[in-house]
Amino acid sequence: MITPAVPKSWYLPSKPHKFCPGCGHGIVLKALGEVIDELEIQDQTIFGCDIGCSLLSWNFFACDSTQTHHGRTTPVMVGIKRARPELISIGYMGDGGGYSIGSQHLLNAAVRNERVTLILVNNTNYGMTGGQMAPTTLPGQKTETTPYGRDPEITGYPTKGPEFIAQVTPDGAYVARATVSKYKQLKRFLRNALRNQIEGNGFSFVEVLSTCPTNWRTNAQQTWHFLEDEMEPYFPVGELKSPFSKGGEK
Amino acid sequence: MLKVVDETKKAFLTGNETIAWAALAAGADIMFGYPITPQNEVMHYWTRLAPKYGRGFLQTEDEISAGFTVCGAVQAGKKAFTATAGPGNVLMQEPFGMAEAMRLPLFAIIQQRGGPSSGTVIYSQQEVTLTTFGGNGEGYRVVYSSATHQEIYDYTIKGFNVAWKYRWPTFLLGDGYQAKMREPLEMYNPEEKGIELEPAYPLLGLPGKIGEDREPQHLCNIYSLEEELYDVVMNLSADYERVAPELIEWQEHSCEDADIIILTHGVVSRAADDAVKALRAQGIKAGYFRPITLRPYPTQQLREAIAKSGAKKLLIAESSYGQFERLTKQEIYGETIKIEHLYMPGVGIIDHDIINKVKSVL
Repeated sequence: MITPAVPKSWYLPSKPHKFCPGCGHGIVLKALGEVIDELEIQDQTIFGCDIGCSLLSWNFFACDSTQTHHGRTTPVMVGIKRARPELISIGYMGDGGGYSIGSQHLLNAAVRNERVTLILVNNTNYGMTGGQMAPTTLPGQKTETTPYGRDPEITGYPTKGPEFIAQVTPDGAYVARATVSKYKQLKRFLRNALRNQIEGNGFSFVEVLSTCPTNWRTNAQQTWHFLEDEMEPYFPVGELKSPFSKGGEK
Repeated sequence: MLKVVDETKKAFLTGNETIAWAALAAGADIMFGYPITPQNEVMHYWTRLAPKYGRGFLQTEDEISAGFTVCGAVQAGKKAFTATAGPGNVLMQEPFGMAEAMRLPLFAIIQQRGGPSSGTVIYSQQEVTLTTFGGNGEGYRVVYSSATHQEIYDYTIKGFNVAWKYRWPTFLLGDGYQAKMREPLEMYNPEEKGIELEPAYPLLGLPGKIGEDREPQHLCNIYSLEEELYDVVMNLSADYERVAPELIEWQEHSCEDADIIILTHGVVSRAADDAVKALRAQGIKAGYFRPITLRPYPTQQLREAIAKSGAKKLLIAESSYGQFERLTKQEIYGETIKIEHLYMPGVGIIDHDIINKVKSVL
């Protein structure tokens, strides 16, 4: 029997994990685990998760972990980093937590160039609460609170998080958008985002485009189609700001 | 490192300035704050003093963030605190709830201003309900209601110690008068008074190699099952009730033979004290009772004061419209003493207000 290799920094008693079949969170957390291993930061990493589906990662890693209220992961992780700068502070949240209820925290942490790494998973809806419209829901996309499709005349256009964060951060910040469909690139961006905190350059932010077949009501083929053919054209993948390469990787 | 207070000395300070000095003396590592009157000068003095003593400060984007950054910093093992008032206290109920659920040693100063809503920036006692039982929880908090600047100094030091010893969110409930007024007090180095400072310790970022020396810490405040949460809440309640007798503080005098007991808290107690002395001088048997801790409440002590005096009336005087009376009534349910009240929401109460009220009800 072949058992798949799991990152050393995963907490095995909490596996198999509780995310839905086809959910992208497992891919993001595997990439993050591998990067934590490669950078050898497991013992000084503090992992903090939000409310929403990201909450299911509260005991995902064999790292010291904490969990807070919807949208408040950013200030908790900032408080930890300000108190103990030698720790590696990673906040993990969804699009609702980061771009809606916690947007004032995200914006101001970015402006202050807080030395934390925030990972935001964008699956275009509120998954845990049953598939409502998120700030990232695409125009025309049906959700439980936009049953006839999102109308930008009523609810505005989807939030482009990395683009706005790149605008408000000073030099030294790292800002990127990755996707679970490009695993090697996702890992590279997460590694850069952590390296940037380790080197103390500035704020680090990675949005990851992800999948939600449960609430999208899609089969495997339709799920991948929505990610690659609907989301990725709307939310361009790449590095928007990087201290490691001028202009960043496109 | 500079010693905060070399030797015990007299000082003439505002309440907010007193808090900054006391927090330094208590070993506070970092303050997170957001401007709101009447607590602003806590930040003003802290930001001037803190760098000289190697302490930190961050002005956050709002009170929600100030409360949650404190939650993060105390989890990382640092003595962190904040100060707020009014609508800021409303916003901070969210992080205060997290601190209750996760037993975080958060310390906060509340300088009450008038309400509801933006109210006034001046004074009230209208944040009693919010500070004792705010949030979607059961009121697992320690709340000290101070009356003098000496108490502000003493209970700020004690507040940090109690927070770290018992791990309940702990509050110093002041008000705009105490915040802005200037009066003499004695500043001291706690160790020289025999007050041992409780050590801070981390809940996250512990020493040792995970998997070899220790298991990872997984802290959470949400549960999948009703029964899981039931156990958590029942355990919190049992823990709180067990230590409550050690935490309860109160003041009383002249109750033994009193016909009427005057019940106040905070700065209003100063007017009550003066009123009782003046009434006694006029031959009216008035007694004085004052909870210092509003949570946990000195329930048994108040019941005993009522019983031993045989007083026929209890006069509750407060700068709010019955918040303190409601809190008291739920604690002394079953007592048959007639309760009178003097409600002056958002305005100060002086001895004459109380004396006149006593004469009108006796």
